[in-house]
Amino acid sequence: MHDKTLTELAAGLAAGEFSSRELTQALLARVERLDGDLNSFITVTAEQALDAADRADAARAAGNAGPLTGVPLALKDIFCTEGVKTSAGSKMLDTFVAPYDATVVEKLRAAGTVSLGKTNMDEFAMGSSNENSFFGPVQNPWDPNAVPGGSSGGSAAAVAAGLVPAAMGTDTGGSIRQPAAFCGITGLKPTYGRVSRYGIIAYASSLDQAGPLARTAEDCARLLTAIAGHDPRDSTSVARGVPDYTEELDAPLAGLKIGLPREYFGEGLDPAVEGAVREAIGVYESLGATVREVSLPHTHYAIPAYYVIAPAEASSNLARYDGVRFGHRCENPADLTDLYKRSRAEGFGEEVKRRILMGTHTLSEGFFDAYYKKAQRVRRLIRQDFLDAFDEVDVLMGPASPTPAFDLGARKDPVSMYLQDIYTIAINLAGIPGISVPAGFVGNRPVGLQILGTHFAEARLLNVAHQFQQATDWHLRRPALAEETL
Amino acid sequence: MQWETVIGLEVHVQLDTRSKIFSGASTAFGAEPNSQACAVDLGLPGVLPVLNEAAVAMAVQFGLGIHAEIPEVSVFDRKNYFYPDLPKGYQTSQMYHPIVGPGEVEITLEDGATKRIRVHHAHLEEDAGKSLHEDFHGMTGIDLNRAGTPLLEIVSEPDMRSAKEAAAYLKAIHSIVTYLGISDGNMAEGSMRCDVNVSVRPRGQASFGTRAEIKNVNSFRFVERAIAFEVERQVELLEDGGEVVQETRLFDPERNETRSMRTKEQANDYRYFPCPDLLPVVLDRAYVDHLRDNLPELPADKRARFQDALGLSAYDAGVLSASREMAEYFEAVKEVCGDAKLAANWVQGELSGALNREGLPIQDSPVSATQLGELVSRVMDDTINGKAAKQVFQALWNGEGQSADEVIEAKGLKQVTDTGAIEAMIDRVIADSPAQVAQYRDAEADKRGKMIGYFVGQVMKASRGTANPQQVNALLKEKLDALC
Repeated sequence: MHDKTLTELAAGLAAGEFSSRELTQALLARVERLDGDLNSFITVTAEQALDAADRADAARAAGNAGPLTGVPLALKDIFCTEGVKTSAGSKMLDTFVAPYDATVVEKLRAAGTVSLGKTNMDEFAMGSSNENSFFGPVQNPWDPNAVPGGSSGGSAAAVAAGLVPAAMGTDTGGSIRQPAAFCGITGLKPTYGRVSRYGIIAYASSLDQAGPLARTAEDCARLLTAIAGHDPRDSTSVARGVPDYTEELDAPLAGLKIGLPREYFGEGLDPAVEGAVREAIGVYESLGATVREVSLPHTHYAIPAYYVIAPAEASSNLARYDGVRFGHRCENPADLTDLYKRSRAEGFGEEVKRRILMGTHTLSEGFFDAYYKKAQRVRRLIRQDFLDAFDEVDVLMGPASPTPAFDLGARKDPVSMYLQDIYTIAINLAGIPGISVPAGFVGNRPVGLQILGTHFAEARLLNVAHQFQQATDWHLRRPALAEETL
Repeated sequence: MQWETVIGLEVHVQLDTRSKIFSGASTAFGAEPNSQACAVDLGLPGVLPVLNEAAVAMAVQFGLGIHAEIPEVSVFDRKNYFYPDLPKGYQTSQMYHPIVGPGEVEITLEDGATKRIRVHHAHLEEDAGKSLHEDFHGMTGIDLNRAGTPLLEIVSEPDMRSAKEAAAYLKAIHSIVTYLGISDGNMAEGSMRCDVNVSVRPRGQASFGTRAEIKNVNSFRFVERAIAFEVERQVELLEDGGEVVQETRLFDPERNETRSMRTKEQANDYRYFPCPDLLPVVLDRAYVDHLRDNLPELPADKRARFQDALGLSAYDAGVLSASREMAEYFEAVKEVCGDAKLAANWVQGELSGALNREGLPIQDSPVSATQLGELVSRVMDDTINGKAAKQVFQALWNGEGQSADEVIEAKGLKQVTDTGAIEAMIDRVIADSPAQVAQYRDAEADKRGKMIGYFVGQVMKASRGTANPQQVNALLKEKLDALC
């Protein structure tokens, strides 16, 4: 059962081929057997999962099943889940049990899905390799020496390894799309405001957005339909109707205008990755799309602007972890300052501290205008680049990452790690949606094709990705680990 | 040297919304610690703020009440600092684009003169929790019930020149917010607190001196005392050749002094930036116009109407419009008796005297406005005389009777105007006072006027205060003179 897509599993459940309990048990057994090395989960909630599976089976028996009833999945450990540890990959929250459900979790629960647990991640979603987790690195299912990408590395690895058909992630600068690319699966970052952020532990509030990681665009469409929508508890969520995102999947692509941003095919791009991406674009041409080059002239400002805005917001968002009300508290504090200093020094990892320092610096008196305000101006220019491009073309395409998954421990220098996100980060600054789909391999490591659309163009993006997956089988390839049956 | 004092005030007004500014938790005062703090108030991981529309409406009403500009767009910013009773590690406030722009408040001084104090702006923000240092054996308790309570911070220009002006300004703000019903204005419970910026300069000097900020002064009296102390301290310092340092000071009402809390060098860098969790507040014209059309009559307008339409003196109009409760009480009395001047005299005289003696606010007066209005009516229609009226008032104050009429009836205070009855009493008094009558007769005509007082007193006493004094006077004179 583990080799099926979410769509196939939902159909199997609906047809009574297996129960949610049987499916859940089978997947929990795989987690038990394979995740010791993989380390994609921080917390496995087997008992709650089986209870939820039983409820789903009962609902189906009573004729109350929805399209996702009984479908298992996993949640990045950044989504607050009532009664379950929610750590954000940090020692700071190692003991934090959330007293409430995030809106996304509430919606998935209401849809009858079954969560197997909470997946590993870079601490507070800061990282591109999942090596910044307090709970240890995650292996890439395609190659145990490779990173799975980050920060939603656990979610991507769990799906690629066939532990769950889908998992929820968050994407602040590429944290869904890059690990999806590294692990050979499909990952969607929706438009900022499409999915509620309530209950998602904040990294950078103006950039964070939740989305699905799954095998196929069709699976992502089903999940987005379940989690999208306005939430009165999140003022930045947009009051806009939610379509059934599966409805447009089959629309033909003839006449589709594809733009290739010149800046996404320049220096630093691995030629093998470029080859795979260009081949994928050839597939689109054969499907009737036209391709032209476009320019996003402010692309090279995206990483610097991001590393001003995101750390600034993070430095403030992470101030609540002070050892006073919840989370890590140092032993025997001498006084208040000592309590703050040691609790935070002990509770946060190195990358988190680095970003808090950067953000504190750029917001401080005398630097605010030069950094933060200027970065916001750059952000507007970057957004305008995309809007101008979408006046000419329907979607933009390019690589999700300049390289395939790199080796564990290979990127020691933070800046080289930051440059990993060169093709994904501007998308968050602009607030537009993006999806990464499997598009080939370099050796045994997958390559992701990134497809971008204008604000709220998720239905179109999913259609474009789905049609590619109808014409290719990259998304059906499985690592040896996932082929393994019990 | 002649010194001039320069004062600016930052007044924090707790808005009387039912729920908090960014969460649905209740704002009621005095609940069990931490029983009114929800996940949002606790700053739990993942929570987000949602702006309370009622707080926005109240802030705009205040702005309209001080004739301020109401900008179309205002923005919430985060003020970042660490403190145990600040759960998120930042306070959500408005630094760069406040909800209320420049406006002005008219204050009335003791001599009846008025002065306009400019308001620089007013902004919305959330209150912090409370740190409790007692009862925790060397530790600090945190109560987050107050965290997230909506505050309107009203920042004046440095337009005040004396402690009295500052107190008058604070009272004016108090009366505006209570008139608007946007705050209970209860200073003892912290619903209104203020930070006072004080500096001194040689009279005639154009530039300001270095200022000290006195934090968290929470009564009208303390404002005056804190300023008085601070001015004296600064003047002494300067006259001794010293310098005032820019710093934050605390007022200690017990010792009646201000003490240094932190200097400019120790001041926090708050790292303000726009809160990414909240959208800018955009107010459309129709919304603001609707609020403007529904504003209640404010103190300044009321004062003008009391003078112009009711014919009260400037002083009376000022006193009676100073608080919403006072004005409402007075207007109710006037409504019942129909005479504004008599109503004003009674409210400011007998009633205020009694309230002051017992330290009661007017809304807790044992004598209701209706009761007092009826009492005044009975004086007006000659049912009772002034002396009896005071007795009736005292009886109503003591709860001896539901209405003036009931007390008059029960105590037999109805004024006697029947000439025959009064004459009978006079005859008896004259008969019982042969010696005084003889004195009267022997006195010179121009001395007799004074001597008649004794007889009036006796007759009033005999009538138990109910005889009409004018009639008694006239009839007595007639009868005594007839004896001469």
